[in-house]
Amino acid sequence: MSLLLEPTPEKIKEDKVYQEMGLTDEEFELAEKILGRQPNYTETGLFSVMWSEHCSYKHSKVLLKKFPVKGEKVLQGPGEGAGIIDIGDEQAVVFKIESHNHPSAIEPYQGAATGVGGILRDVFSMGAKPVALLNSLRFGELTSPRVRYLFEEVVAGIAGYGNCVGVPTVGGEVQFDPCYEGNPLVNAMCVGLIDHKDIQKGQAKGTGNTVMYVGASTGKDGIHGATFASEELSEESESKRPSVQVGDPFMEKLLLEACLELVQSDALIGIQDMGAAGLTSSSAEMASKAGSGIEMDLDKVPQREKDMTPYEMMLSESQERMLLVVEKGREQEMKDICDKWGLLSAKVGHVIEDKRLRLLHEGNVVADVPVDALAEEAPVYHPPSKEHSAFQVNQQVKETVFHIDDTKQTLLDLLKQPTIASKEWVYDQYDYMVQTNTVVQPGSDAAVLRVRGKNKALAMTTDSNSRFIYLDPEAGGKIAVAEAARNIVCSGGVPLGLTDCLNYGSPENPEIYWQLEKSTDGMSAACEQLQTPVIGGNVSLYNETKEGAIYPTPVVGMVGLIEDLDHITTQSFKNAEDILYLIGETKPEFGGSELQKLLEGDISGKVPEINLETEKERQQKLLEAIRNQLVSSAHDVAEGGLAVAAAESLIGTGLGAAITINGDTAAELFSETQSRFLVSVPKVKKEAFEKIIPEARAIGSVTNEENLEIYSPSGEIVLQAAANELESAWKGAIPCLVKSKD
Amino acid sequence: MVKVQVYVTLKEGVLDPQGSAITHSLHTMNYNEVKSVQTGKYIELEVEKTDDLEERVKEMCEKLLSNPVIEDYTYTIGEAVS
Amino acid sequence: MKFAVIVFPGSNCDDDMVYAVQEGLQEDVDKVWYTEESVADYDAILLPGGFSYGDYLRSGAIARFAPVMESVIEEAQKGKPVLGVCNGFQVLLEAGLLPGAMQRNKNLKFICRPVELKVDNNETGFTKSYEKGESITVPVAHGDGNYYCDNKTLQQLKENNQIVFTYQDDINGSVEGIAGIVNEKGNVLGMMPHPERATTSLLGSSDGLKLFQSILNHWRESHVLTS
Repeated sequence: MSLLLEPTPEKIKEDKVYQEMGLTDEEFELAEKILGRQPNYTETGLFSVMWSEHCSYKHSKVLLKKFPVKGEKVLQGPGEGAGIIDIGDEQAVVFKIESHNHPSAIEPYQGAATGVGGILRDVFSMGAKPVALLNSLRFGELTSPRVRYLFEEVVAGIAGYGNCVGVPTVGGEVQFDPCYEGNPLVNAMCVGLIDHKDIQKGQAKGTGNTVMYVGASTGKDGIHGATFASEELSEESESKRPSVQVGDPFMEKLLLEACLELVQSDALIGIQDMGAAGLTSSSAEMASKAGSGIEMDLDKVPQREKDMTPYEMMLSESQERMLLVVEKGREQEMKDICDKWGLLSAKVGHVIEDKRLRLLHEGNVVADVPVDALAEEAPVYHPPSKEHSAFQVNQQVKETVFHIDDTKQTLLDLLKQPTIASKEWVYDQYDYMVQTNTVVQPGSDAAVLRVRGKNKALAMTTDSNSRFIYLDPEAGGKIAVAEAARNIVCSGGVPLGLTDCLNYGSPENPEIYWQLEKSTDGMSAACEQLQTPVIGGNVSLYNETKEGAIYPTPVVGMVGLIEDLDHITTQSFKNAEDILYLIGETKPEFGGSELQKLLEGDISGKVPEINLETEKERQQKLLEAIRNQLVSSAHDVAEGGLAVAAAESLIGTGLGAAITINGDTAAELFSETQSRFLVSVPKVKKEAFEKIIPEARAIGSVTNEENLEIYSPSGEIVLQAAANELESAWKGAIPCLVKSKD
Repeated sequence: MVKVQVYVTLKEGVLDPQGSAITHSLHTMNYNEVKSVQTGKYIELEVEKTDDLEERVKEMCEKLLSNPVIEDYTYTIGEAVS
Repeated sequence: MKFAVIVFPGSNCDDDMVYAVQEGLQEDVDKVWYTEESVADYDAILLPGGFSYGDYLRSGAIARFAPVMESVIEEAQKGKPVLGVCNGFQVLLEAGLLPGAMQRNKNLKFICRPVELKVDNNETGFTKSYEKGESITVPVAHGDGNYYCDNKTLQQLKENNQIVFTYQDDINGSVEGIAGIVNEKGNVLGMMPHPERATTSLLGSSDGLKLFQSILNHWRESHVLTS
């Protein structure tokens, strides 16, 4: 839209133009009140993006406050680009997860690619070197051609961007459920390493200091992306296609290298990514955090298209851009570094004392808004909450008793369930080795990367079982955090903290808001108990189509510290004759389980119980056993139960397992009772291991024969399957589904 | 300024996996009349008009825009643009 | 011995290559920026993997014209060891230092995994520490690793014993499973697999280390002879 065609302030109010930008009547009135006059078109745009759910968390702020965010090792909690946790030796780990769901639903390749780009910038704008990427993905069932298209393109987009930038994509998860059919989830997590001395803040301090723009030039792409991400998906969204940004990973790589050089200079005062809401959020937030203001001359902003309006420049979400605040007089030092990397840089403004965002264009002031109003004073909502109807119904459902006739076939069928099946097809496309630190590759409980030059490593994982959370948000929320911690512990690490990506339907629906409330309660309780503070994250609401909302899906991204490289443990069996132990008793708990989904086609009932104290104690004991070098392999017993855990542990090792169960066959093999671990221990370490974990039950041993044998207490065979049969079911499932073209 | 349009295609006999994949997809969508698909690249240049324009365009094609080991190129030199 | 690792905008395995020399060989190594004019002071030149210039247009096509390449080509012609890995191999092909060209993998997808290679030629300055026919595990990570050359070139490669590594399984559609080749003189090696990613068993394989050791041993032998 040309400047001349922009509606006047009067027209904006009269025709409620602000509604198209996502502001409600009340919000617009509030903006008027703050300004003491009617906002013009550009100013209305500034308010609309900064007060969108994506930027302001207006519906979730109250709930986010419940999360424990402090810890003795936390150097930076929520509020900056990414959180930071100390790992000793004057080093720290920086990480964050963020959603790119809506863009990926519309244009999956670019949506996923730019999601990766954005999260990388959040981490390297803190001054950290990105060392790993993870992705948590949710799709509908692969039997649908549209879902297959989304799945293939999202994976290709992640690969296309991450591989080119040279940051290994080392893990994550992919799950499939019909509720994600029209609204896939693409959550990208980045982990970085930093020396304490290099930690940056996104602050615009020091009146008179220069505001610099670095990176790609500004185009009209992605205008209103933040607002778009805060609306339900409809057929109309298809026509909003221009909202989707296009990523340039080569530019990102140059920007990354340049930023790592820029942060070494003390001329750099503050730096922030131009992510959602682009130039608006970066400038307003940097000023607000520093208690200052910023004046920018928009004519100086590098532009990709002719005749861009202030509105378009301020709301553009063109990728691969950074905003810097630089000590006055030292701009050339910054420019030299940018020039070396072939990057555009421009002085676009300066820090002012007045706490306002003042924009000039062609010599006129085109916007003049208090920065705190934009960054801090968005309305906060406490939406009504109502217990989800599904919850009571499911609490009343009578426990199903499963009788399994063909245990082997059931196990093979479970291994073929896309959520359980090997994701090799996915990670084969990701460069998970670049930077040469990846010790444990994708496919184990957590990915492990060594910290170069030190005898320690980082373990990282993403987790969320949304079926449990749908059936029982509070218990499910606890399980999500506990399972992530289990994965870290199984790898030999102590969980340090987490980042979360809260993916839900519309918070304006009281039942959805109730899910949000309850599940974050559950997560908070687990975070307290397991001492894993939440150091940042992202909220993605309005994940709905006309078929309904997605399952509540709060994804937990967790990082742990492995204090000695010798402690690194994987799920794979190592030696024949090692003793197999199951830690934790098994109960017949099938609500939300893979077995239930397989046999009944849907989920229902009560989810497995979780006792956080037991969880904590078992995790600590197992970690102690691992640190005492008593454990050959460790695997958490999760989706599909013990039989699946045993199969996953033996596939590809050339070894087998012989296990004796005692109790109900279906429960022993396939129940998803929480807080359980399958561990193999060398015979010579039996006593020492049992001393640390007396409750561990010896259930069998690792064998030299390449098959899985499960016996009843009386010695009858309950299940027998060759390792190669298990492997071909597990590895073949996804490639087979992707290839089917019906 | 003139607009130069360059088309880069694979040499005959060089395997075109993208072309094969597209052919396969079209066939599964019941466009059985499609006998073969060749993919390529389209590159558009805005060039200052000089006397040795065509010679220099050829040079660009051979040195950078195409790889003569596996690719052929054609070009058209259009009308002057402002 | 002094190694140069050439850094193009978008190279991303440059540090890994540096570590392979520093940690694997304990030899000197410098990163050399693409705008430098000479690499004459170095004893060996390494072109790392990654996505130089985003691999826009064709992999390696733009990097081939980077200022430093003139000197690289000159040193290669003088007989100095030049190793190009992955994107580095693509640059060497585009520069005409090695014959043939790269196409997209036949399945059109990026492939990242450890693969089994066969050492077909252990007489080069890059492979003397291997046995002939030795099977080694080295990771690949590429989207354009499908090596192509015409029949005549293939015959020449065979006759001159220029095929150094082949894949034991067909992973990307390369002609005759070619994973790495040398020039006629034997001083320029291009290979798609990443030996610098296989220098410690902690990360899964140390089979790539012998390649770097071969370069060092070869240099020491010739150095003793000439000095």
